[in-house]
Amino acid sequence: MYPPNFDYVAPASLDEALSALAGADNAKVLSGGMSLIPLMKMRLVRPTTVIDISRIPGLDAITDEGDHIRIGAMVRHAQTATDPLVNEHATALAQAAAATADVQVRNQGTTCGSIAHADLAADQPAAILALGATMVAASVRGTREIPAAEFFVDTLTTTLESDEILTAVKVPKGGKSVYRKLGRRGSDSDYPIAAAAAWVDASYGTISDARIAITGVSSKPYLATTAAQAVVGTDGSSEAIAAAASQATDGVVVLEDLYGTVEYRTHLASVYVQRALEDVLQ
Amino acid sequence: MEVSISVNGTNHSSDVEPRTLLVHYLREDLGLTGTHVGCETGYCGACTVIVDGRAVKSCTMFAVQADGAEVRTVEGAANDAGLHPVQEGFWECHGLQCGYCTPGMIMSSIALLEENDNPSEDEIRHGIEGNLCRCTGYHNIVRSVQYASAKLRGEEPQGASAEVTT
Ligand SMILES: Cc1cc2nc3c(=O)[nH]c(=O)nc-3n(C[C@H](O)[C@H](O)[C@H](O)COP(=O)(O)OP(=O)(O)OC[C@H]3O[C@@H](n4cnc5c(N)ncnc54)[C@H](O)[C@@H]3O)c2cc1C
Ligand code: FES
Ligand code: FES
Repeated sequence: MYPPNFDYVAPASLDEALSALAGADNAKVLSGGMSLIPLMKMRLVRPTTVIDISRIPGLDAITDEGDHIRIGAMVRHAQTATDPLVNEHATALAQAAAATADVQVRNQGTTCGSIAHADLAADQPAAILALGATMVAASVRGTREIPAAEFFVDTLTTTLESDEILTAVKVPKGGKSVYRKLGRRGSDSDYPIAAAAAWVDASYGTISDARIAITGVSSKPYLATTAAQAVVGTDGSSEAIAAAASQATDGVVVLEDLYGTVEYRTHLASVYVQRALEDVLQ
Repeated sequence: MEVSISVNGTNHSSDVEPRTLLVHYLREDLGLTGTHVGCETGYCGACTVIVDGRAVKSCTMFAVQADGAEVRTVEGAANDAGLHPVQEGFWECHGLQCGYCTPGMIMSSIALLEENDNPSEDEIRHGIEGNLCRCTGYHNIVRSVQYASAKLRGEEPQGASAEVTT
């Protein structure tokens, strides 16, 4: 299976990559290629220029920036999953990266690529939403920051413009988080049928703030706002968790496919919200 | 496009189209047909090779992405002294039936053992999650990796009769 021919460029700097992207009509950024290459082989996307950002120095770093950690565009799933900073300050993201696909895909695919691709069932976007992360987008026009809550628009659609590269994601420190997933093949090694990420700030016993994000259930990974509100101000009792779980799909259209009906997915969303909250409040 | 790729220790400079997948470069340009093509969509792992120390699926990587890299394929697993311990394990423990998945299984297992020479059964099963086998039911593949793990650590490997608990 070959894609149609294209021009390949592998810029040595971000500026070069941004100019190449701005200058081409129908260009695509290639990071890990784990979603782009299958789509090109199936000829669902046909870029005329492919801009490989993997040779740009410095994009593969995870750094401690004081009140947040910064994950560069070329940080691969395997690195996100095992990095000590991510495990300490963004546990849900480390768990979501570890639960993404299989070893070979985690060795190639990138955390930022997964976020930019925005599959409706992608793992790491849910963690990014629950953690209240910020996307850093660069173009020849400059750099802007986009809160996760405003980033995901619809299936495979984000607020990134076609001339922008997602150069990093910034995850604020503080609170505790977990990611819990039911994979399509029983184990983790494929997209989730349903999964939930939960973040709570419960430093003084009561939950002062919480965010819950769900993926695999609707047309995009989403923040379950009313569910999160149900535990804020409580001490995380089983009643509060049950109330949150029962509102997991409030306000969203639940989708069905060969892996699950609407009823089954609605049920799973509650179950996984409950499990994520129980875990994070332990 | 000019690429320079080291494959099993030999440098190759070749002119490839950007759309040439690494697996086709290995099989068709270099004649190394040990790396198999299965699903072509990134799911089955039959095409697994090791690029700069990491197992990857060569059907989902362009040859141009491997420019300057060191690639290892199943052809490079054995040396003059004989089979690689992983290959020996598959031989001794009947880790294959039709053999279609085997080159990929072997390369994934080699990468796994290079990272962790004493994996638990669970870690082995997770480590080969990206490789599908339609014949063996995986039990003997797990035994084969356990055999290789023991051998690599200088212990007495157990044959096909070793206990697998699940
Ligand atoms: C067998 C298999 C199993 C998988 N299982 C899972 C799973 O369980 N869970 C899951 O979440 N995902 C899964 N995936 C998808 C995988 O996580 C991909 O790695 C991810 O979706 C895309 O990341 P990438 O770095 O490979 O991006 P690429 O494939 O290189 O790019 C994907 C898209 O994002 C754009 N893009 C990439 N990087 C950037 C950037 N920095 N800035 C702007 N645009 C960018 C590209 O132009 C392209 O449109 C699986 C993939 C395969 C092949
Ligand atoms: S042929 Fe590459 S993963 Fe199946
Ligand atoms: S031995 Fe036949 S597919 Fe594995």
